[in-house]
Amino acid sequence: MIVSGVDVGSTTSKAVVLDDRRQIVGTSLLPTGANVVRAAERAFREALTAAKCDESEAAYVIGTGYGRYKVSFGDDQVTEIGCHARGAHFLFPDTRTIVDIGGQDTKAIRINDRGEVLDFCMNDKCAAGTGRFLDACANVLGMSLEDIGPASLRSEKALRITNVCTVFVESEIISQLARGEKVEDILRGVHQAIASRTAGLVRRVGTNPAVTFTGGVSRNQGMVKSLEEKLGVPVHVSPLSQWMGALGAALIALERVEGGAVRRVAIGGAA
Amino acid sequence: MATTAQAAVASDLGKTLQRDMLAKYYGALETANEDGVPVAYLFIPGNISELTQVFGFLPVYPEINALQCGIKKVAGENIVRAEDLGYSSDVCGYVKNDIGLMLKDRRSPFGRLPKPDLLACNYSGCNTFIKWFEALAHFYGSEFFLLDIPYIRESGISPGDVQYVVAQLKELIARCEARTGVTYSEARLREILEYSRQAEDLWVQILHLARERPSPFDSYFEAVFYMAPVNMLRGTPESVEYYRQVLREMKARTEEKRGPVPEEKFRVVIEGPPAWPHFRSFWELFKRWGAVAVASTYSKVGGLYDQGVRHDPSRPLESIAEYAMNSYTNWNLAKRADLILRYVKEYEADALVIHSVKSCRSFSVGQADFREAFVNELGIPTLMIESDLADPRYFQEAQLRNRIDAFFESLTQRRLTGVTA
Repeated sequence: MIVSGVDVGSTTSKAVVLDDRRQIVGTSLLPTGANVVRAAERAFREALTAAKCDESEAAYVIGTGYGRYKVSFGDDQVTEIGCHARGAHFLFPDTRTIVDIGGQDTKAIRINDRGEVLDFCMNDKCAAGTGRFLDACANVLGMSLEDIGPASLRSEKALRITNVCTVFVESEIISQLARGEKVEDILRGVHQAIASRTAGLVRRVGTNPAVTFTGGVSRNQGMVKSLEEKLGVPVHVSPLSQWMGALGAALIALERVEGGAVRRVAIGGAA
Repeated sequence: MATTAQAAVASDLGKTLQRDMLAKYYGALETANEDGVPVAYLFIPGNISELTQVFGFLPVYPEINALQCGIKKVAGENIVRAEDLGYSSDVCGYVKNDIGLMLKDRRSPFGRLPKPDLLACNYSGCNTFIKWFEALAHFYGSEFFLLDIPYIRESGISPGDVQYVVAQLKELIARCEARTGVTYSEARLREILEYSRQAEDLWVQILHLARERPSPFDSYFEAVFYMAPVNMLRGTPESVEYYRQVLREMKARTEEKRGPVPEEKFRVVIEGPPAWPHFRSFWELFKRWGAVAVASTYSKVGGLYDQGVRHDPSRPLESIAEYAMNSYTNWNLAKRADLILRYVKEYEADALVIHSVKSCRSFSVGQADFREAFVNELGIPTLMIESDLADPRYFQEAQLRNRIDAFFESLTQRRLTGVTA
């Protein structure tokens, strides 16, 4: 018996397949693109393939992320807030605060010792301080998203980036370059600007250790360092951080099966 | 209607009655200028409509027009028209809707609105109101009268505050006499105030019924509808009759244990104005969780009647002055927070929901502090969401739904395991 969590985010879709011993047996990751329903199906199928399983073995599937209602084959939908909480608590049981920086939003979540959400705060309707902010900065510097984190760590003098607007920050970077500033110093400033904005969000729910950093942006070492500096505490980061929502969804799915729930739907129709 | 229901109170009677009252009101507005009926533009919070009624003024409430335009989905185009004239994207959505309406020759989905003869700015706690009517006075060349209303802090209202407002009301009386040629009659004012008092008494009885389980109505999404006559058409026998009927209807719902959702799962207090341009979808985000508002602050912007505020025929001008100072947004943050806390307790609410309004700073200032105080100091689960009261562009359904779903998911989970913060 297996279960699955499918996380359809604004930028990427992820799926995790778990067996009944809570072992991860398959994962997938692909860009969401314009066809959200298809992205969800593909993510699920690819994770099943990685797990060497057939869809008929899936006992329960939960959709999460912005596209959770587009997971047409999902038995239920749970917000990524609840799923990240469950996933982070599973990997790091001492987690009490979760910082999730994704493609279009940033969340600070406070949980209890059972991984249940007690409070959360999110950025407002603005992409400042999210993955998109880093995207914009990487673009204007002609670098890849993977390279900007390590480059920022080479900085010896962080510049102050005052703009919090994802659009206007581009012109600020261009003017810094025109002034002859070093790329790594600009990038360090960019990372610190996001970290400082995120830390403000975290303070609203309380910085209770341990802090776990999840979402796509947590793969960026420069962001991890800046966030630790701004929060004043070390943060947990898992190699699975991008799958945290999908993992949480799969864990909730497994609990549902243990509680007697059965699968009702399948890709393209009833199970 | 089925025969079994004949003895029962017709459901949605209040909604039908109100539709008729508003149709009559807007009908009268349509011909007011041509008929030579004087028109006074007023603001809802602490309005002085009883006093202007003495002189035969028909009241026009630009805020109500704005919210009606929001519901009828034309606020967006009105706002854009005002922005084309130069109004910034940060200016209040209500103001821009009103300016946009004016630029469209005051033609609204509910009829043509009359020009003002008097612009009586009866509330100064929101300084945008002052600028709003100053702009209208400029565009229409109408008379502008500003009432300076003292802001209410923890110490409450002093006798000096009342005297200060009464003195201004007397100045306004002289201006109204000069403009209309009607002599001020205190006897007539007392008569009008008596109807107001009766309607207010009945409205408070209705609001208190939300203490029942299930609550017979939603004290936010429905109360904002039922409050229209007590905000706009006070001082008339029709408004008293209206609330008598609504009270009967709500009592009948209470006896039948009938509420706004099939099963009341969560009781919440809601702070902040609704998202008028997306009213139904906004309500639906709560209904699907079985969440019912049992108290709200927005239903008190027109007057804190449930806190004992009343128009009083035996103290005509003094009670108008006290009422004018006791609108929800004219209370300071400490008093507002205390009121919300009392609502949570008295109405046995599970949580607080704050709907912050992007373009209304006078309502939204301090709401982030409310959130922190309620969650961290009082341990009351609190959700903060943001959109706008008039501008449809600020309503992001996916993001709102995400926050609302996550909030009720966590409440459900905590209820299952009995865990608290």
